[in-house]
Amino acid sequence: MSQATLHQLKQGERGRIIGFIGGRGVVNKLNALGLREGKEITVISNSFLGGPVTVRVDNTKIAIGHGMAAKIIVEVL
Amino acid sequence: MGNPNVGKSVIFSRLTGTSVTSSNYPGTTVEYIEGKMKWRGKIVRIIDVPGTYTLEPTNKAEEVAVDMLKDGDLIVNVVDATNLERNLNLTLQLLERKKPVIVVLNLWDEALHKGIEIDVEKLERYLGVPVIPTVATKGEGIKDLIARFSYREVVEREYGIREERWAAIGRIINEVQKLKHRHHSLLDVLEDISIKPVTGLPIAVIILYLSFMIIRFIGEGLISYVSEPFFEVIYRPLMTRLSVLAGSGGFLHDLFIGHLINGEIDFEQSFGLLTTGIYIPLASVVPYIIAFYFVLGLLEDTGYLPRLAVLVDNIMHKVGLHGFSIIPMILGLGCNVPAALSIRSLESKREKFIASTLMVIAIPCMAQTAMIVGLLGSYGGKYIGYVFVILGAVWITVGLFLNRLLPGFSSDLLLEVPPFRVPSIETVAKKLWMRISSFFREAIPFVLFGIIIVNLLYLSGIIEVLAAAIGPFLNVIFGLPEKAITALLMGFLRKDLAMGMLAPLNLTPKQLVVASTVLTVYFPCIATFSVLIRELGIINMFKSTLVMLISTILVGGFTNFAFRGDGLTMGGWLIIILVLLLIKRLPFKDYRFFKIS
Repeated sequence: MSQATLHQLKQGERGRIIGFIGGRGVVNKLNALGLREGKEITVISNSFLGGPVTVRVDNTKIAIGHGMAAKIIVEVL
Repeated sequence: MGNPNVGKSVIFSRLTGTSVTSSNYPGTTVEYIEGKMKWRGKIVRIIDVPGTYTLEPTNKAEEVAVDMLKDGDLIVNVVDATNLERNLNLTLQLLERKKPVIVVLNLWDEALHKGIEIDVEKLERYLGVPVIPTVATKGEGIKDLIARFSYREVVEREYGIREERWAAIGRIINEVQKLKHRHHSLLDVLEDISIKPVTGLPIAVIILYLSFMIIRFIGEGLISYVSEPFFEVIYRPLMTRLSVLAGSGGFLHDLFIGHLINGEIDFEQSFGLLTTGIYIPLASVVPYIIAFYFVLGLLEDTGYLPRLAVLVDNIMHKVGLHGFSIIPMILGLGCNVPAALSIRSLESKREKFIASTLMVIAIPCMAQTAMIVGLLGSYGGKYIGYVFVILGAVWITVGLFLNRLLPGFSSDLLLEVPPFRVPSIETVAKKLWMRISSFFREAIPFVLFGIIIVNLLYLSGIIEVLAAAIGPFLNVIFGLPEKAITALLMGFLRKDLAMGMLAPLNLTPKQLVVASTVLTVYFPCIATFSVLIRELGIINMFKSTLVMLISTILVGGFTNFAFRGDGLTMGGWLIIILVLLLIKRLPFKDYRFFKIS
């Protein structure tokens, strides 16, 4: 099992969210969009040069800014 | 109420008739839409609450949603059947609020198509409230919903803290939802490639290009087949007769009909209330407004706009914003007022300041664009191109500067990218109607007021004093004739009217390019200005205005001096390179003066 932050994952890779770095406010926002601990995500696109990471979680796609993606810890699957 | 992108507005427009109004929630600039419907002989009010993911608000729009909840007799919670788990988070929070709730399980067909099976009866039992599956775009299930409008039972639920609530949702999902595997469809592929930069950027260019072609096609079509024939064939004889009746001159004649040009009424130059005052908004501008808002409605309702936000996130960070701020910029191409209103959804004061300043400085509204195209089009498309290239350069340069100078950082993008959907004609039509009628309400009074002011300025001789005082300055820096001062003054009221006033001045194409640019950059119209004072506060608006005035002098002067014939002079290129170097060298520092608080 290897750990990474979300912005390190490449296009097509999958992971399970295991935690967040950051305050309640950020976690609250991510939770409301369905990004919670234990959720499986698939990276649809991770653009180069610090662009956003787009992931699929359940049946939605969420675009997460580079900085915020760096606060999401995932277990690489 | 419900999450964003679940079809609330489609349900809303299915329920309500044509009497739909959009208003600001008291004390805020958050817009909500209200409509009426007839139900069992009574008129009931229905409110389309701004979309929210949670009742623990994370922004202003969500705060409003929570606040509006208190006044409802019955809460219709629209839920996306393809995303039951996340949507139930809001539903469970609603059930704790001691209000009668009906759950509408919308996008039912899409869920079936995606292989999601939901046991509605079981879900009803778990939630303790009615659950109604609907396909709002096709009108399925709406009757069942209306039939339950008398529902007033309140379930009292306590789900505890957040973690316990998610656990409860997990249990419900396990019981009521079954997933079947299914293969990727063509639409899925399209959805994904429109986000990936390598494929998404070319797609974005194609879509934006097509959008502008469609806007031009519809706009020009309406002008040459509807509005111009109407004004020439029906309206002109009427006005000519009126002009003769009024004695072809005198104060009242000049105010209502305007000055006759070569013995005839000229709709663009006469400047009477009933001639130019009606002609400019109706004949030249409304066709483009209709075209623009129609295309914008399609882009919104197909789910394309958020994809654009993701793609431009990168470049927006360079100017201190994030991808979502593309929305005010695009809205600004229609009208700067709704764009200014949409800026409230940005998070920090810094972002609001940057976004509004850039929007106001470099985004011409559709009314102005229509006039720019009208005036410069006859000299060739390249001059229109020049105006937009200059404005684009202004946008990026001012943005880079502001990002360096203003203390603070830009926040991160976080948004749901909805699936592509076929837009509902009814919703698109209703939205188009609302936007056009608000254009009529807001624009026409300003145009008429502006024409009165122009006539008064001329009659009282103030214009000559001003032209003598500021005119030489215009002449030296921008290379514009002294008379252009009237147009610049008019720009405070209406930019389209101001562009119209340039027509009789016989400007060269280059002067028109300078004037169009200066008119866009120097100051927002009064309607936008008043909205922004409310949004940013007077002190910040003052700073923003300072940025605009400095930019105007620099850009107008630059365009005037650096353009010779068909391109930039050597000096022009040198200045651009120097400016770029200056931005690169400018250290990130806490520049106190620029602090936005």
